[in-house]
Amino acid sequence: MPRYQEILTDPSYAGQFVLMTNPHIGNTGVNFDDEESMQCFLGGLVIRSLSISTSNWRCAETLGDYLAERNIVGIYDVDTRAITCRLRQDGSLIGVLSTEESKSDEELLELSRSWDIVDYSRPFNMASLETLKIKPDGVLFSNGPGDPSAVPYAVETVKEILGKVPVFGICMGHQLLGQALGGTTFQMKFGHHGGNHPVRNLWSGHVEISAQNHHYAVDPASLPEGVEVTHVNLNDGSCAGLAYPAQNIMSLQYHPEASPGPHDSDNDFPEFIELMKRAKENA
Amino acid sequence: MAYCVDCQSLSSNSLLSQSASFFSLSKPHSSKPNNSRLFFRFNKLCGATSSASLSLWRSNYRLRLNSVRNQHAVSGIDVSEKVSPKGAPKLGKRTDLKKILIIGAGPIVIGQACEFDYSGTQACKALKEEGYEVVLINSNPATIMTDPDMADRTYITPMTPEFVEQIIEKERPDALLPTMGGQTALNLAVALAESGALDKYGVELIGAKLEAIKKAEDRDLFKQAMKNIGIKTPPSGIGTTLEECIEIAGEIGEFPLIIRPAFTLGGTGGGIAYNKEEFEAICKAGLAASVTTQVLVEKSLLGWKEYELEVMRDLADNVVIICSIENIDPMGVHTGDSITVAPAQTLTDKEYQRLRDYSIAIIREIGVETGGSNVQFAVNPEDGEVMVIEMNPRVSRSSALASKATGFPIAKMAAKLSVGYSLDQIPNDITKKTPASFEPSIDYVVTKASIPRFAFEKFPGSEPILTTQMKSVGESMAVGRTFQESFQKAVRSLECGYSGWGCAKIKELDWDWDQLKYSLRVPNPERIHAIYAAMKKGMKVDDIHELSYIDKWFLTQLKELVDVEQFLLAHNLPNLTKNDLYEVKKRGFSDKQIAFATKSTEKEVRLRRLSLGVIPAYKRVDTCAAEFEANTPYMYSSYDFECESAPTQRKKVLILGGGPNRIGQGIEFDYCCCHTSFALQKAGYETIMMNSNPETVSTDYDTSDRLYFEPLTIEDVSNIIDLERPVGIIVQFGGQTPLKLALPIQQYLDENKPVCASGVGHVRIWGTSPDSIDAAEDRERFNVILKELNIEQPKGGIAKSESDALAIAKEVGYPVVVRPSYVLGGRAMEIVYSDDRLATYLENAVEVDPERPVLVDKYLSDAIEIDVDALADLNGNVVIGGIMEHIEQAGVHSGDSACMIPTQTIPSSCLDTIRSWTIKLAKRLKVCGLMNCQYAITMSREVFLLEANPRASRTVPFVSKAIGHPLAKYASLIMSGKSLHELGFTEEVIPKYVSVKEAVLPFEKFQGCDVLLGPEMRSTGEVMGIDPVFAVAFAKAQIAAGQKLPLSGTVFLSLNDLTKPHLEKIARAFLALDFSIVSTSGTAHVLELAKIPVERVLKLHEGRPHAGDMLANGQIQLMVITSSGDALDQIDGMKLRRMGLSYKVPVITTVPGALATAAAIRSLKSSTCKMIALQDLSDVEVKTGGIKDLQSVSSSL
Repeated sequence: MPRYQEILTDPSYAGQFVLMTNPHIGNTGVNFDDEESMQCFLGGLVIRSLSISTSNWRCAETLGDYLAERNIVGIYDVDTRAITCRLRQDGSLIGVLSTEESKSDEELLELSRSWDIVDYSRPFNMASLETLKIKPDGVLFSNGPGDPSAVPYAVETVKEILGKVPVFGICMGHQLLGQALGGTTFQMKFGHHGGNHPVRNLWSGHVEISAQNHHYAVDPASLPEGVEVTHVNLNDGSCAGLAYPAQNIMSLQYHPEASPGPHDSDNDFPEFIELMKRAKENA
Repeated sequence: MAYCVDCQSLSSNSLLSQSASFFSLSKPHSSKPNNSRLFFRFNKLCGATSSASLSLWRSNYRLRLNSVRNQHAVSGIDVSEKVSPKGAPKLGKRTDLKKILIIGAGPIVIGQACEFDYSGTQACKALKEEGYEVVLINSNPATIMTDPDMADRTYITPMTPEFVEQIIEKERPDALLPTMGGQTALNLAVALAESGALDKYGVELIGAKLEAIKKAEDRDLFKQAMKNIGIKTPPSGIGTTLEECIEIAGEIGEFPLIIRPAFTLGGTGGGIAYNKEEFEAICKAGLAASVTTQVLVEKSLLGWKEYELEVMRDLADNVVIICSIENIDPMGVHTGDSITVAPAQTLTDKEYQRLRDYSIAIIREIGVETGGSNVQFAVNPEDGEVMVIEMNPRVSRSSALASKATGFPIAKMAAKLSVGYSLDQIPNDITKKTPASFEPSIDYVVTKASIPRFAFEKFPGSEPILTTQMKSVGESMAVGRTFQESFQKAVRSLECGYSGWGCAKIKELDWDWDQLKYSLRVPNPERIHAIYAAMKKGMKVDDIHELSYIDKWFLTQLKELVDVEQFLLAHNLPNLTKNDLYEVKKRGFSDKQIAFATKSTEKEVRLRRLSLGVIPAYKRVDTCAAEFEANTPYMYSSYDFECESAPTQRKKVLILGGGPNRIGQGIEFDYCCCHTSFALQKAGYETIMMNSNPETVSTDYDTSDRLYFEPLTIEDVSNIIDLERPVGIIVQFGGQTPLKLALPIQQYLDENKPVCASGVGHVRIWGTSPDSIDAAEDRERFNVILKELNIEQPKGGIAKSESDALAIAKEVGYPVVVRPSYVLGGRAMEIVYSDDRLATYLENAVEVDPERPVLVDKYLSDAIEIDVDALADLNGNVVIGGIMEHIEQAGVHSGDSACMIPTQTIPSSCLDTIRSWTIKLAKRLKVCGLMNCQYAITMSREVFLLEANPRASRTVPFVSKAIGHPLAKYASLIMSGKSLHELGFTEEVIPKYVSVKEAVLPFEKFQGCDVLLGPEMRSTGEVMGIDPVFAVAFAKAQIAAGQKLPLSGTVFLSLNDLTKPHLEKIARAFLALDFSIVSTSGTAHVLELAKIPVERVLKLHEGRPHAGDMLANGQIQLMVITSSGDALDQIDGMKLRRMGLSYKVPVITTVPGALATAAAIRSLKSSTCKMIALQDLSDVEVKTGGIKDLQSVSSSL
């Protein structure tokens, strides 16, 4: 299924090359309703086949033009499945995309080796006090990208907010919560990506198909008593959601907001709203 | 790592400043994405569907979820309670069930083909694996599922509520799984539930409850259910009478209108009406076809796009979508007849997720508790408005396709869910480590390839137009990394004479614009080629879209193929670079197409390609787009870079399957291929299956060690030979498709001498040599052999011109059988009685020239036809597998004729001749494996050989079940070098009970064609009846084939002059059964002379009331009509026969058929049919009465 536009504009892909396993990309063009943010964050797009035409009643522009306007490099006609197999084996790798045909493969490889992982994430630049000053009913810590351990100041910010208002963490927000509650996070080999990950909601018993995009995960064994794992990724058993009822905290490792992705976890937002309402009533 | 090879940047200069203005139009800044996007999704997108009730539905749905979750609100609940879900039902395998009844789909008919053998076989295996005792009912002997070891108790018996109830009474199963056998099983389950039979014997419906089945199948209930959840359905109404239908049409207000009968299969009896006259005709047919006399009259959404989603749900209410399918043909063409692709290509994520949400809501609302369902949607291309068309609460043709397209075995999972497992308790069959509760991701494109393969040419009088009633008899599927690649492969897989799309001289290129535009506008089987011709002639994509409504995305893809063809036409083969060839091959072009365009030969293209290293890479189908490591044996070719095939060094065998189903080549051959694989696996070989038919068991990745889902052409087979280098290649079991490849493969092997991967010897074709196969097929070579062996055949000759033909006919005397050489299924075969008719035949039916000679043979009137299947080993030993006596006379195609084992009326002298000739011939042809011979025995007891085929025949599964020996398995072991002696099969087995095979014909689906049986095969499937008594076995077969044999009433007799000598006998047989007789003048006159009471009735053209009126008034229960074939009969007689068909009055068109029917009715009147399990057959008590019955019936022949 072509689900590229949301990914192009999703900040969690900042600085990353995104490879699509679906071979046909660009079939429905681009429309301005489906953007997740005002810009493209990803570093580059790697696909098997770029659509030669578009077909959709909402289409406003072709994908090629859209990327060109935003100066995002893309490459097509590569064996994306072969690359996927490689990534599965070795984990995420550093890559180079270049339009300079004069450069040899060796030179490009050299270039890629010269780079280190750059952390683009600056998610929490608002001080906790400032945040609380606006008297929110709740605080939602949103997604990354990046390594939660690399932003200790953010963990501190979260710690200051915890317990004061209801808190909902998503993706990197979830990892920060994990750390703030005293747990640890670790880097996964390949991470979770895509819109078809089964997650069990331990409270309802239901399996929800979820959209995921993360390289780090919370180690459930490291969490203090009272914090419970509420969701489990069924592919590998990793922690996909936490709750700390005593402090009105809930968090999810995946993306209940979907886009792209299934709507199985829609109910998590009303749940958070409920949480905030109850907290207000009890206050 | 740098993926800079072939790099083509999508990006050029930054135009960020320009984009700013666009953003101001779009949605707000996304720093608070969640709220704003939720708002957007619930309101804006729903608003776009212009459905207020939709948002209502969403809130309902959310309420429902809330109620589940509120029990476990986030704060204030004990932790221990939360970890083990409180409200969730108890899950896991049910231990209260011990014995489960599975109902199969019965005979192959259009719309219900071997995909249900695939699903049923999976279900049997899955339930047995879980330790349940499985009872299976299926009247179709050609299925793998009815192999005696697939179920614990196997009933090859008629599938009517009464008979199934008998079996339930006998077997006392705890549960009935009705969702694996298509509409047949579902309708039976409904009937049994409603009659109280299930309650009476305490049988629980699992998989789908009665209420859910009814809600999904009953048009009214379904509409109401959709209304409840706020999903739109097309404006429509339900009528149970013609008057009501007309009223509804008035309310909807405009044509075209779609008529869909309730509870029918493949849209039988439905259609699209463009005017009042058509509307009334289709409504009448639809009301007659519907079990509940109920049709849905619906506004046509012509031009809307059509999508299907395959959904699965478990008892824990987990729901997953397995696959999305997009129909290239827009609404108005039955999805079984459409070209479809998976996954959907022209939906954005938002639109896809909406269809997903709807599907989940629908399966919940309908209440399908466990298993798979298929939901069909129409989407307006103008504004994205969605309507739901229908849902099937069972495993369907589409789910078989979806299983093959994704690698997710829907039927197997559905069977496990039905016994209590939840999706997350079952491991993904392919990855083994991850659970089945996920949604497969696809990193390729599948063209469902059911580009339908039609059979209109076999049903003269029927119009080759595609509507909402399915008409295709088979399909091919192809997998490629891009749409173009898979589409081209799918077209060449069809074996319709195209080696792909385009790059060929096709007839449509000679059409004028009027013809082309008509063909683009009105859906028909050749439309895809009309598109090619139109594009070649310069028609723009936009204009083709205007005419056909086919989405421009697909048309643009096709247009690029035409551009590539133009590129090729401008080049010579030696000028094509490696890069050029890669670009062309990546778009799916076959070597043959490239050869056509570059004016070279296929072989030259192959050599050039190989010399440049342009070879296919084989990719795996793994359900997860390579995200997880998977050990899947399921592969497809692609001109991509990395090959994942990793062939082994084992001793392995390549089995070539039968390709798409067609009349004359269907499930029987797939059965043989599967058996070959099973037997050779057991004998220690690695088996490699190659086939292109998604409906089959052979293309289940579980069947063989490795599966290549590939077209069966010499190019694709050679590629696999080069890659795998097996010790043996088997071409004998897949019917004509692999047989035709035998010579080219042999040539390829001779030229290249590939060494086996296992290290010893060269790759070779196993079994009878291609040269021997050719000797049997080539008339001139065959004649020489028969002469040498002193085997008689009907006089005849090979005509290379019209004058040749007339001369031969004159020499042998009329009537003669004429047919083109090298045909399957009696294509274009006819019996002609005069010079005039012969000339007409040669003018109209076939072209005759030295390249394509026509065979002209003496027709043996009133002869009995015999079919023999025999086995021969490398040492020259021959054992007869079975001798089948046909019930219809020689001249009726053996595939359309009923037949029986053992023979009932053949003198032993004739049988001896047949045995000795069969053995002689098998030895002379050096047959290794199976051989099928057809003989005719004349009234003077002379024996003639009609045909010999050194390969597996259509009758192998039937014979195997009748004699209790798996002939195909034996044959494959013989080919691997075993002797008959080693297999312990050294003597012909003559069973103690009688097995009757009856053909099932698709006349219902082809409005306007006659129902007479002839030398051209037209049946789609077969059933089997087994009983110690012939007449009972025959009766069972008739009932299983859907004939409602009346036990009393009136029989209409109308016999032509040729068969009049038998009239008295037939009439007395029915008189003895207390039937009264009605006849038209000619027949009545003869009866009156013989002092047989008869009521005269007028012929259709003679005035009213006539025979048709009697039929319509229910005054005739059975008809015996032998056609005179004259001009009047072709109008008058045919109309009457078609009427019989629509009023479901059995129409018998042969003398032996009539006599056997009379015997069957007698046996039904005197005793009840006992249902006997296959596993109990050896204990059957044998009565000889049956044989005597038949002798009295057939002694006149």
